[in-house]
Amino acid sequence: MNAPVTVTPRKPKDYASDQDIRWCPGCGNYAILKAVQKTLADITADPSQTVFVSGIGCSSRFPYYLNTYGFHTIHGRAPAIATGVKLANPALDVWVITGDGDGLSIGGNHLTHTLRRNVDVQILLFNNAIYGLTKGQSSPTSKLGTKSPSTPHGSVETPTNAACLALGAGARFVARAVEAQTPRLGQVLARARDHRGTSLVEILQNCIIYNDRAFAELTDKAQLADQQLLLEHGQPLRFGHNLSRGLRLNPQTLSLETVTLGEHGFSPEDVLCHDETNPTLAYMLARLEQPIALGVLYCAPAPTYRAGATPDDSATRPSAAVINQLLRMGSNWVS
Amino acid sequence: MLLRETLDSVVVRFAGDSGDGMQLTGSQFAQTTALAANDLATFPDFPAEIRAPTGTAYGVSAFQINFGSCNVSTAGDAPDVLVVLNPAALKVNLPMLREGGQLIIDSGSFTPKNLARAGYTTNPLEDGTLDDYLVLTIDISAQTLGVARPLGLGHKDALRCKNMWVLGLVYWIYDRDPQLTLRWLQKKFHDHPQIAQANIAALQAGHAYAETAELGLMGYTVPAQPQSTGLHGLIGGNKALALGLATGAYLANLPLHFCSYPITPASGLLHDLAATPELGVTTFQAEDEIAAICAALGASYAGSLGVTASSGPGMALKTEALGLAIATELPLVVVNIQRGGPSTGLPTKTEQSDLYQAIWGRNGDAPLPVLAVSSPADGFYCAIEAVRLATKYMTPVIVLSDGYIAHASEPWLVPDVDELQAFPVKFRSDPHGYQPFARDTATLARDWVPAGTQGLEHRIGGIERDALSGAISYEPRNHQRMSDLRAAKINGIAADIPLQTVDGPSSGDVVVIGWGSTYGAINRAVTNLRAQGWDISHIHLRHLWPLPRNLGSLLTHFEQILVPEMNQSQLTRLLRSEYLLPVTPLNKVAGQPFKISEIEQALCRMLEGAEN
Repeated sequence: MNAPVTVTPRKPKDYASDQDIRWCPGCGNYAILKAVQKTLADITADPSQTVFVSGIGCSSRFPYYLNTYGFHTIHGRAPAIATGVKLANPALDVWVITGDGDGLSIGGNHLTHTLRRNVDVQILLFNNAIYGLTKGQSSPTSKLGTKSPSTPHGSVETPTNAACLALGAGARFVARAVEAQTPRLGQVLARARDHRGTSLVEILQNCIIYNDRAFAELTDKAQLADQQLLLEHGQPLRFGHNLSRGLRLNPQTLSLETVTLGEHGFSPEDVLCHDETNPTLAYMLARLEQPIALGVLYCAPAPTYRAGATPDDSATRPSAAVINQLLRMGSNWVS
Repeated sequence: MLLRETLDSVVVRFAGDSGDGMQLTGSQFAQTTALAANDLATFPDFPAEIRAPTGTAYGVSAFQINFGSCNVSTAGDAPDVLVVLNPAALKVNLPMLREGGQLIIDSGSFTPKNLARAGYTTNPLEDGTLDDYLVLTIDISAQTLGVARPLGLGHKDALRCKNMWVLGLVYWIYDRDPQLTLRWLQKKFHDHPQIAQANIAALQAGHAYAETAELGLMGYTVPAQPQSTGLHGLIGGNKALALGLATGAYLANLPLHFCSYPITPASGLLHDLAATPELGVTTFQAEDEIAAICAALGASYAGSLGVTASSGPGMALKTEALGLAIATELPLVVVNIQRGGPSTGLPTKTEQSDLYQAIWGRNGDAPLPVLAVSSPADGFYCAIEAVRLATKYMTPVIVLSDGYIAHASEPWLVPDVDELQAFPVKFRSDPHGYQPFARDTATLARDWVPAGTQGLEHRIGGIERDALSGAISYEPRNHQRMSDLRAAKINGIAADIPLQTVDGPSSGDVVVIGWGSTYGAINRAVTNLRAQGWDISHIHLRHLWPLPRNLGSLLTHFEQILVPEMNQSQLTRLLRSEYLLPVTPLNKVAGQPFKISEIEQALCRMLEGAEN
């Protein structure tokens, strides 16, 4: 059903489509869908001006479950199609839904080029570190040694770090969130939506069937405090129980190191503050494995991509007279 | 006073090193000749390498032009005149020169070093190699240096003017007015007055050298061709396609998004459209061929006309997205400027071997309309027809051109856009009863609802979808129905395209069927044999899929069917399978267009066989 929207939607459920959701029970995608619907509701998004474009994979079924415009495309190509949508109608709010296989493997090329062009779209990369829809093969983000049908003796490839890749590609907005932490995910999505230019949000997501507990350190309450670093612009990079630990820049090694406040003479003044406009810091934070940095790693707006027939993008439709004039360019003669 | 001999037509070939500016020389000669109201056809023949090592055979670049007061349909089988600026150019091009043809040779370039680079062990100017030809040797290098060096140019820059010197000479021989080129040089080198001056001086010196006629040089006149009345111009194949696409979008009342990735020989379309902002086309150079077609499809989804262009290898990459366009039933125009294949093949050489790829080359039963361009000017009209079909039937359309057409140019009667039939697109905006895959009963096209339309939000995708709602459907009967609908929609286009016409008698012994750039060679071969009293007909297809609805019955009125094509029997097999008729192939996959004589010979064999 595609009933016309007659009231301004304000509730998350107002953004749901009539389609039955076909994800596995317990899949992390449910939480992401909810967070996106809430984000849309919070900004009272107009469904007719909102487009979700996805590739292939479990995550990419996402557009079918929203009542906005949706285009479920082909494997890895969603950023390219979204670029075309945005070029043709810059007024549309365009979201790309992709996964670690779709976005970082088969579609890696489009992801990096969309980021460097800074097309004004939000890219939500659902990272569950496994191929779900093809039944559990290791993916570009699978941890070294992941046993899967395609890697029965354990994967031997170094995993991709999506945030580092995005920063290297020239992204101007890079964030990371965990699906299970819905409120924080919502905050990050709102920031991504506000950002003009490509915003990449890596969402760490649990695949209950093929890679359960892949991000257990971020979902187990007991471990959480020591394992996650919640980023806030301008706030000290502190974590752990009672925020007793922090990150300082070791000037000798030019790297971040964890210090415990009160030990070895380290005080709160030694701890770095987060500056989301600093690309070097963003890169160092993106690389951290313990703790894992969550939140907006980098946000430094730059001019967005506007392809155009003219440099100022003032492509206007030609009149017959103009086309006739162009057809007569060069040398002509009358017989 | 010099008496000029009058010629009906001449084929001149300019050949030199890649760095000698042969393409510029040839295109200047072509434009000047067009202004003299001759009919003409050109054939630029250049290597894939940008600058192969100087003086080598693989660095030779050539430009052939056939011009005349009669109807000229190809660039000519064999040059009457070969202009040669280095030994390698002689080595590569001499075999093409007609028996007893004229050679104009820069003897100054025949140094021991250049002879060795070209692979000559003895000097062909002295060893009798050229005994069967009319040879005019001039030290063009020295003549050019003598003119250009005093104007302040260094040796290397001065020598680069020798193409203009020889152009001046050839202008004199054929009584051409050099004014157009003189103006062009002034404009081109506006910021480098010294270079402009040297080139102009070289052109004038070459012209004057010929005029002094101490060589006993013969001058010729090629009178103007009686042309249809109206404004004429010279149009190149890629340019015509670019203008046709923009005009098609105008007639459809749509903005055009041209998304493309650089590939020889299709890049010219991107260049032309990017350089002409007045056309209002948004150009996007994508990161790869796949992104190019995907961005074009995204643009169509948002209510623009998405267009992409490529060549064989790029088309292979676009295949999956073409399937998506077919599945989601969105309009899209895909231009394939065919080149030699498979794989990288022959990037700068021509071939017609992507016909099967265009018609059948996708996973699943994935039909779409295929059109073919038959000459440079025809690209304009083919592009418009492609836009019409894409938007009317909500389908991707493939337009096949090829490397020969891409780089060739011909005179055309400049069209008037106001006289072309408009076909404005109507988007659906009425939400009442909307079903994304409900169809027009006549065309079987679904409604075009650009993303962003109020109240008509819906989802589409590549997974099989319900024949009405568009929701994901794996239901067996639905897939059967959708497959049938997709086929019926494209087959139905046969009722909306012109009936196939026949050039010549509508029944007889022999009919030649061609498609694409073989038009000129077939047309001339058939005309020549008719002049000898044979009844031969010519059918040239623009619509390759679906085929014109009367084609099958037309063919039954001929005893023999000859299909010349630059591939290994692709149209031949298509005709056999569609109509169960015996069809004789004539195949050429040499990277070069057919010669008229090759088609004539095949026809003679057929006609003699019929007589015996």
